[in-house]
Amino acid sequence: MSADVEDSAVTGTPITPVGPIAQEPSGIELVNVTKRFKGGVEAVKDVSLSVQPGEFVALVGPSGCGKSTVLRMIAGLEEVSAGRIRIGDRDVTTQLPQHRDVAMVFQSYALYPRMSVRRNLGFGLRMRRTEKAERRRRVAEVANVLGLEHLLERRPGALSGGQRQRVAMGRAIVREPRVFLMDEPLSNLDAKLRVSMRAQLSLLHKRLGVTTVYVTHDQIEAMTLGQRVAVLRDGALQQFDTPQRLFRYPVNLFVAAFIGSPSMNFVQARVADSTVSFSGTRIPLPAGSPLAGTDRSVILGMRPTAFAAGSANGWPTLRVVPEVVEELGDERYVIFDVDAPRVDTEETRAAVDAQAADDALLLPEDRARFTVRLPTEPPIDVGQPISLALNPNRLYFFDPESGAALGLTPEQGSSEQ
Amino acid sequence: MTTTATPPPPAPVAVPAGPNAADMPVRIRSRWAGYTTTARYITLFALVCVFLLPVYVLLITAFKDLAQVSPSRMWEWPDSLSLDTYRTVWPKLEDGFRNSLAMAIPAALISSFLGAANGFVLSKWRFPGADIVFPLILFGMFIPYQAILIPLRQAMSDLHLLGGLNGLILAHIIYGLPITTLIFRSYFTGISDELIDAAQVDGAGMIRTFLFVALPIAVPAFAVSVIWQFTSAWNDFLFGLVLTNPDHWPVTVALNNVAGGQVVPYHEAMAAALLASIPTLLVYILMGRFFMRGLMAGALKG
Repeated sequence: MSADVEDSAVTGTPITPVGPIAQEPSGIELVNVTKRFKGGVEAVKDVSLSVQPGEFVALVGPSGCGKSTVLRMIAGLEEVSAGRIRIGDRDVTTQLPQHRDVAMVFQSYALYPRMSVRRNLGFGLRMRRTEKAERRRRVAEVANVLGLEHLLERRPGALSGGQRQRVAMGRAIVREPRVFLMDEPLSNLDAKLRVSMRAQLSLLHKRLGVTTVYVTHDQIEAMTLGQRVAVLRDGALQQFDTPQRLFRYPVNLFVAAFIGSPSMNFVQARVADSTVSFSGTRIPLPAGSPLAGTDRSVILGMRPTAFAAGSANGWPTLRVVPEVVEELGDERYVIFDVDAPRVDTEETRAAVDAQAADDALLLPEDRARFTVRLPTEPPIDVGQPISLALNPNRLYFFDPESGAALGLTPEQGSSEQ
Repeated sequence: MTTTATPPPPAPVAVPAGPNAADMPVRIRSRWAGYTTTARYITLFALVCVFLLPVYVLLITAFKDLAQVSPSRMWEWPDSLSLDTYRTVWPKLEDGFRNSLAMAIPAALISSFLGAANGFVLSKWRFPGADIVFPLILFGMFIPYQAILIPLRQAMSDLHLLGGLNGLILAHIIYGLPITTLIFRSYFTGISDELIDAAQVDGAGMIRTFLFVALPIAVPAFAVSVIWQFTSAWNDFLFGLVLTNPDHWPVTVALNNVAGGQVVPYHEAMAAALLASIPTLLVYILMGRFFMRGLMAGALKG
């Protein structure tokens, strides 16, 4: 970095290569962490989570699921009611935030309004009594990495939203902390900028290698950024796994409904004689399914991508009447009703609420409604019946009572494309 | 008085018809708007005149000489605009003026600073019992000076602070705390908690968060508080009279002495009153602009 070289020449400090930061990354360990607020509300219930050193973990869930509280407890801004928190090899449960050596990026950015960008960036170092020369070098380096050099003397009020966001990131990076905590840092950017910042965040994490916990309500953000994703609901950890495995092996109805866009389609179905049937459609159970030989009602889940137009590969077919066709250019979403009761459990509703209500129903529905993703060929007309083939290996089964996943086997997962 | 809710619009703009109409500002307004606006301003101006009458008398009387001053001729314009009265009256006020400055400035600054600290811990760094402590502090606002005058004098005497300015300063600082605490607590309550969280995560403890993050943001509240405290300390007569000896009398006591005696020299009293009110006016003019400034700009997403 050229600015780095110049600055070092001035201050005489040795050049440290820009890249992985000096400190060894630390893991984070939450052990049975519970948070009860005054008044008895349990915001976080017995969450245990282990973040590997250098890992990027996304915490995701609908609003009010306790994800921000978990983050604030890691930062020390919120006390735990029960459980322990470890960062690296230190138990920080009772430590003040300023002693935990974490840096946090806030949703509102929380830049200090009366300080210039330079002083905003350097504030954490100043508070930690970093030498002035070292402080200047690090601020210059981070400003260079984030393209903030020409803004250093400005006050936050004179910056655009994207620039403020970068300053907020810079303020965290410059500290070279053991852990980054990010609380919906992109949610105040417009949609385009958000997507490009998402990619930059990924790159930044690769480059710095700092352990990061990232809170978001947006499952796409969580899936694209997180090396592992923790799904929370009502303060309880539902599943903590890689994005691929979350998508393929959701442990319950909530995770299944929450992860994936468009959401998974659900229908009340019946398993008997090694077939699952709903509204006159009979689908043989996949080979080796533990549900074979049982006779019970289930909730059947199908991803929008599990369908193909026509009758392909000898897959079972559905005859449906498209109600809405959404053209997206190189693909289309076809929406239709299925003659079977709609699945309306607490889990699916909670998951729908989280999707910014874009799945909310305008009209009350008692029938299941499916969304499938199809290629743009052949053309489809609203109201004209079509045949859809359903991949029998991509069926998800859930217990109607508990919502727990039934009969998911690794074979089933690996057979997906 | 009119009850129309529309804000006073500028002079009526004729809206031309034709293709250029789009360039002109289009106003939605009643067809009587022009008349009601005029009527409103005439009413307001008349009221302003009524309220400013005493100031008018003050100003012109201060320019008169003793011969011209009499209650029956108080509305009349002075024969000559002479500054002699100010010259006579200034020596009588000078010491009190100096004492008042030496007392009101530290009293205003210190009580504002302490009020800021109180407001900060009561809103942003809350401690158990804050909800009890705050009303108790506010309660102090409703205690009249007269009620505590005798115990206050006794206490100052026991503290060996009676007679000089330090005791008076202390009394004003403490008496100002309820209102300054209220000002700052209200102000800090409106500030995002995330800012304080950010400072903590950045490594600042309570005192440094207060000094480096909270206090710089609170400049508007500080201005309000300083204006308020300076004015009330400057204008106070009772504490000044009771707690200080003649060498340390504030300007209000000196002012009282100008007006004392057998014959009241009205022109001198008016000139002295005018002089004594200049510092509070100056403070307001100098610091008033901070009221309006949006100093929080840019802290949050915007």
